[in-house]
Amino acid sequence: MKKSLLAGAAAFLAATALTPAMADDIKQGGEMIVTYKDDVSTLDPAIGYDWQNWSMIKSLFDGLMDYEPGTTNLMKDLAEDYTISDDGKTFTFKLREGVKFHNGREMTAEDVKYSLDRVTNPKTQSPGAGFFGSIKGFDAVADGSTESLEGVTVVDPYTVKIELSRPDATFLHVMAINFSSVVPKEAVEEHGADFGKHPVGTGAFSLEEWTLGQRLVFKRNADYWRAGVPKLDQITFEVGQEPIVALLRLQRGEADIPGDGIPPAKFLEVTKDPQYKDLIIEGGQLHTGYVTMNVEMPPFDKLEVRKAVNMAINKDRVVRIINGRAVPANQPLPPTMPGYDNDYEGYPFDPEGAKKLLEEAGLGDGFETELYVYNTDPNPRIAQSIQADLAAIGIKAEIKALAQANVIAAGGEPDQAPMIWSGGMAWIADFPDPSNFYGPILGCDGAVKGGWNWSWYCNEELDKQATAADSMTDPAQKAEREEAWRKIFISVMDDAAWAPVFHEQRFTMRSERLGGPDAIFVDPVHIPVNYDYVWAKDVQ
Amino acid sequence: MGSYILRRVLQSLLILLGISFLTFVLLYLIPADPARQIAGRSATAQTVENIREQLGLNLPFYQQYFRYLTGLVQGDLGRSYLQKTEVGELIASRLPATLLLMLGAIVCELAIGLTMGLVAALRRNTAADTSLMVLSFVGVSSPQFVIGILLLYVFAVQLGWFPIGGYGTFRHMVLPSLTLGFLGAGWYSRMMRSSMIDVLRQDFIRTARAKGLKRWQVLFGHAMPNALLPIIAMIGIDIGLFMSGIVVVESVFGWPGIGQLAWQAIQRVDIPIIMGVTLVSAFAIVLGNFLADMIAPLIDPRIKLR
Repeated sequence: MKKSLLAGAAAFLAATALTPAMADDIKQGGEMIVTYKDDVSTLDPAIGYDWQNWSMIKSLFDGLMDYEPGTTNLMKDLAEDYTISDDGKTFTFKLREGVKFHNGREMTAEDVKYSLDRVTNPKTQSPGAGFFGSIKGFDAVADGSTESLEGVTVVDPYTVKIELSRPDATFLHVMAINFSSVVPKEAVEEHGADFGKHPVGTGAFSLEEWTLGQRLVFKRNADYWRAGVPKLDQITFEVGQEPIVALLRLQRGEADIPGDGIPPAKFLEVTKDPQYKDLIIEGGQLHTGYVTMNVEMPPFDKLEVRKAVNMAINKDRVVRIINGRAVPANQPLPPTMPGYDNDYEGYPFDPEGAKKLLEEAGLGDGFETELYVYNTDPNPRIAQSIQADLAAIGIKAEIKALAQANVIAAGGEPDQAPMIWSGGMAWIADFPDPSNFYGPILGCDGAVKGGWNWSWYCNEELDKQATAADSMTDPAQKAEREEAWRKIFISVMDDAAWAPVFHEQRFTMRSERLGGPDAIFVDPVHIPVNYDYVWAKDVQ
Repeated sequence: MGSYILRRVLQSLLILLGISFLTFVLLYLIPADPARQIAGRSATAQTVENIREQLGLNLPFYQQYFRYLTGLVQGDLGRSYLQKTEVGELIASRLPATLLLMLGAIVCELAIGLTMGLVAALRRNTAADTSLMVLSFVGVSSPQFVIGILLLYVFAVQLGWFPIGGYGTFRHMVLPSLTLGFLGAGWYSRMMRSSMIDVLRQDFIRTARAKGLKRWQVLFGHAMPNALLPIIAMIGIDIGLFMSGIVVVESVFGWPGIGQLAWQAIQRVDIPIIMGVTLVSAFAIVLGNFLADMIAPLIDPRIKLR
């Protein structure tokens, strides 16, 4: 098994391995079959927000910014160039000329403005509208009083200026997420609510066919503005296939990528088989799995109790339960995220010390509580392991295994779920920046009814530090900003708002027929793979 | 007869109304907030509120139900929260696959069940009879996901005779049809056996033999048609049986029908789809029972509809 993206440093190495010269030697052509269990929900970039359609949308659409394939490094996409004003509040993007939508019309600055107006318009019901909160005039659009963002102006057909109401160091990342994809007005208006079934973008592929419940076919965009991309002529997504069936089909040469991954029951068998050694690629993920403790609900209002839980959980055993598909965590940020603290050691696994802490808190006899968990494998098994660890220090936790939506709903209530195991629900970063691991899940903004801060942890001092860090928009302040975030997350650990358990690793399996640098098969922003850069060996 | 049909139609409508109400109540009580679900994890409270309003989820229960019924009588099953598509369109696009699978299952269960029953009846109280009846008992009591996975493993993975799941050709259809039909085959073999034994005892069979007809002529010309009568009426009721089976079978075999749609929707708590598939299934069951009742007097004139 190849480990290519284990640490941040490795990620950069992998990135440099993917030089354009090398990519250009690859002949275009061929096709692949990707399988999925569930049908694709929508391909509308303003709406799509699950990991399955995320990467597909990236291949159909482009935004102003993107990431270098296989890395978390920002690069210009539809923007040929950009300038940032000294106060960090005005971004001026110069657009690439001659870029065409799949319907043949040229993309211009008007389309950029239209797309941003559309995604923030409440009628669009975009789950990503909140990402654009820093654009001037966002509030007026959000409350329905106007349909045009004041801060976004078309300077000329190839220049668009975006003014912010506050400095936002993450703004270029925001321009790289799917919600910022540029869409043509006429196609959106023609299909209305069904645009997601008839997507038209500027991306490397266009949608050729969609048979509900059966398959989608992506065809190479022959007019794509980026030379030599994509590599494949066609990608067929076959839906309705259980992961186990997908694996069998791959082994028989009938499919190329099992989109839902290697099924847990077969994981050891497949990864230990020398035949598949080179076909399985391991990579890091911007993911952390954690146990939240509701600081509003006694006894978790006591710091000692939260620390005790941190020290009681045997993280190595949890990692073994999922066959080593993760690395143990000691802080909220995943290792591949800027701001990760390599020197921080976290709370040790020390049940005796944990017991002492409980005694200090006056809970030497233990207490009873509830642990909420999403009811699909392996989460209940992980919860049982944590339950046993807690029992060892005297905490009797009853497991509440529920459907995903119900666990999320319970977490969003101030007094319902004392503990939640986040597996299968939270948190994978929307974009590779530490701020995305704070606001919604650890900041005061998230500690609201229906929010995702299930610990209900709200530290106003840290919120201030977070705002200050996100105001450092000057690229020269990059290191300073990272350091600020590093401190914030270590402070979170001092307060023991969570017990971080592990960071999931990704294992992508591919068929023998597919080629490409390992990094694109575990691309941090494309799951399962970066469709644009995979190539077929049989046409080389 | 006419008034009977009218009464049955009205009854059926009432049943459907009751089912729609019950399902709506159950789904309403689920502690999942659809607006939150649509809004996703990064949404602001304002976005969620705005979606709730646009979907009418802030209305009182009876108003929501009334809205749903109003849509329903206009043939509008609502719009899926997560699939972002009209539920009617999703179901319509998947219904042909489900009907095809049911047809395959009916053929399988009749072919297997009737043959087993016939052989068992003719070899009554022999080892063959006993083993066939044990087999039928296995068929009736085995969970379909077990049978499905076993068939898949043996005939698709090990022997490679059939594709591993999927849809499109005749070969794709064999294993799922067998799995779905296996349960019914168990029932039919038992019914066929007792029905056949019954008929073979009748005087007209003895008469037929006595007037010199060959054994097979008696069997297929006289005994079979009579033994089959009560069985045909059962096929309508099978549709209900299938409706519960397709959820499992379609998921195991990756068959793109409404059972798979329901299963995916249940996992993701996509309420409009669950509601739509439940209603369509209920309709199919009610229709199946209705047809079974209608056919009964045609087959056996002793039955009168009143």
